[in-house]
Amino acid sequence: MTQMPRIPMQAPAAVAASAKVTPLPPAAERPRRVPHNKRREADAPGVWERIKDHPCYSEEAHHYFARMHVAVAPGCNIQCNYCNRKYDCSNESRPGVVSNRLTPEGAVEKVRDVAARMPQLSVVGVAGPGDGLFQADRTLRTFELLRREMPDLTLCLSTNGLALPDHIDALKALDIGHVTITINYLDPEIGAEIHPWVFHNHRRWRGVEAARILHERQMEGLERATAAGVLVKVNSVLIPGINDDHMAEVNRAVRARGAFLHNVMPLISDPAHGTVFGLDGRRGPTPAELHVVRESLSNDARLMKHCRQCRADAVGMLGEDQCQTVHAGGGCGSAKDDPDAASEAREAWRAVVADSRAAQQTDAERADALVRAVAPAGDDRLVAVCTRGGGRVNLHFGKATEFHVYAVGADGIRFAGIRRADNYCLGGYGESERLDTILSVLEDVSAMVCVKVGAGPRRRLEAAGIACHEDTRLETIETTLADWYAAAVPGSGAARAEAGPA
Amino acid sequence: MAYKIVASQCTQCGACEFECPNGAISMKGEGYVIDAAACTECEGHFDAAQCDAVCPMPGTCVKV
Ligand code: SF4
Ligand code: SF4
Ligand code: SF4
Repeated sequence: MTQMPRIPMQAPAAVAASAKVTPLPPAAERPRRVPHNKRREADAPGVWERIKDHPCYSEEAHHYFARMHVAVAPGCNIQCNYCNRKYDCSNESRPGVVSNRLTPEGAVEKVRDVAARMPQLSVVGVAGPGDGLFQADRTLRTFELLRREMPDLTLCLSTNGLALPDHIDALKALDIGHVTITINYLDPEIGAEIHPWVFHNHRRWRGVEAARILHERQMEGLERATAAGVLVKVNSVLIPGINDDHMAEVNRAVRARGAFLHNVMPLISDPAHGTVFGLDGRRGPTPAELHVVRESLSNDARLMKHCRQCRADAVGMLGEDQCQTVHAGGGCGSAKDDPDAASEAREAWRAVVADSRAAQQTDAERADALVRAVAPAGDDRLVAVCTRGGGRVNLHFGKATEFHVYAVGADGIRFAGIRRADNYCLGGYGESERLDTILSVLEDVSAMVCVKVGAGPRRRLEAAGIACHEDTRLETIETTLADWYAAAVPGSGAARAEAGPA
Repeated sequence: MAYKIVASQCTQCGACEFECPNGAISMKGEGYVIDAAACTECEGHFDAAQCDAVCPMPGTCVKV
């Protein structure tokens, strides 16, 4: 296998730095709760190079860069009670669901089309609809073809971990530096309630025995992947009544084995999905419950909170899904037949982002310091922001299908998560039902910040105790939040004058 | 004797095709089918019929 440079657009020194894997210090030595806008300094420079354009690994990057999943992996080697692979709804947006399945060659064709008109594209991943490593040759062949044709794209993979120990070397050889493992439990008794069986060594194992095998393979895969320099993200599905009390233990165990990020995501469950959990009436956590669990784990910065639980064929910026409009061979840009033009466009986009990021970083730090200076001790409130990306308040409330929630108070400004209001089939629902959904996902939020909000929605939000703040300047999110905070929090206005600009 | 796939329940995930030691399973038109002449019920290869053991849909890979 020829070694391809991962980020050829960078200066040679940066490429060298990114190619070298810097091991993370043990958890105890890592900084406690680094605000997300200071994360950049907290990461070793080599790691920053590897995550800065990855919308899932870097909270900041998800404002600027797009990803696409190619559905080359239909088969799976385990069964999960939250998955029904027969179900395929075009309104649905959750892991494991996909409408058309691709060959490796078809996948490359599709990536070529998307790349031709989406310079923001930085990552191509294999995330199902089954397990990316069950029929590993399909996934690896896809990666090999993509590496050859578009070496500047980052490639990543999602797996349940059962087959991971068998493929570490192959992933290494293709320079796959980002792997996600779904780990829902450590205790096989708990695991057996989530995964009824696994297929391993040519037979089907059930119950606790199956859960023990899966657990051991997941831990081995995690250890060996991190030892090989892969940045491993662990996804855990939070299932109230099954593994919610267990999540802190999972968090400690995956950290101790070098997981780079831990993404605790909510169970999505509905009888209409036909999953075991859905039919049993087991509900997913509310956004507020999820927030409490995530906060209890936030003993360091590496908790992913911006996951959108994308489909296995998702295309675009996180939170938007263009998969319906993308068809193999359907590209519209003239860049389609000119891969060089597409790669130049990506390079230009990276340069634009680097500039705007530096400016926003300064804004964010200033805003963070301002809020710290004026906040009464112990104050901590959640604010929902309407944004369409770019790290700015630039969306009308009525257009928002998801909210970026920030915790603002004595700890400064911290990103606290994404709340989706479109996660469940909403087709045919009226405006009033949409607002019901929004009010329920924002139940523990005290204010909403947007460009504009209509009089009707404003009345209902305010009646629910959510203050509405409009700001038409299209400013950086942190700057807008600091301005709102200084004006809204009693006593902080006076303090603001004394604190002056930070 | 051989196995067959109940077409109405198959999700077309292809897991059985991948596991069959005899290459007896393939995509024909809309769905996967087992070539009865090639299927040995995994005798001499494995203790369990591989297609049935890996299939996510209960009662979909069955003995005829
Ligand atoms: S690992 Fe993924 S595809 Fe396989 S059963 Fe679980 S959720 Fe479904
Ligand atoms: S029983 Fe075995 S040989 Fe027959 S189709 Fe299934 S996997 Fe193939
Ligand atoms: S494993 Fe089952 S569901 Fe999957 S293709 Fe074979 S018969 Fe169909």
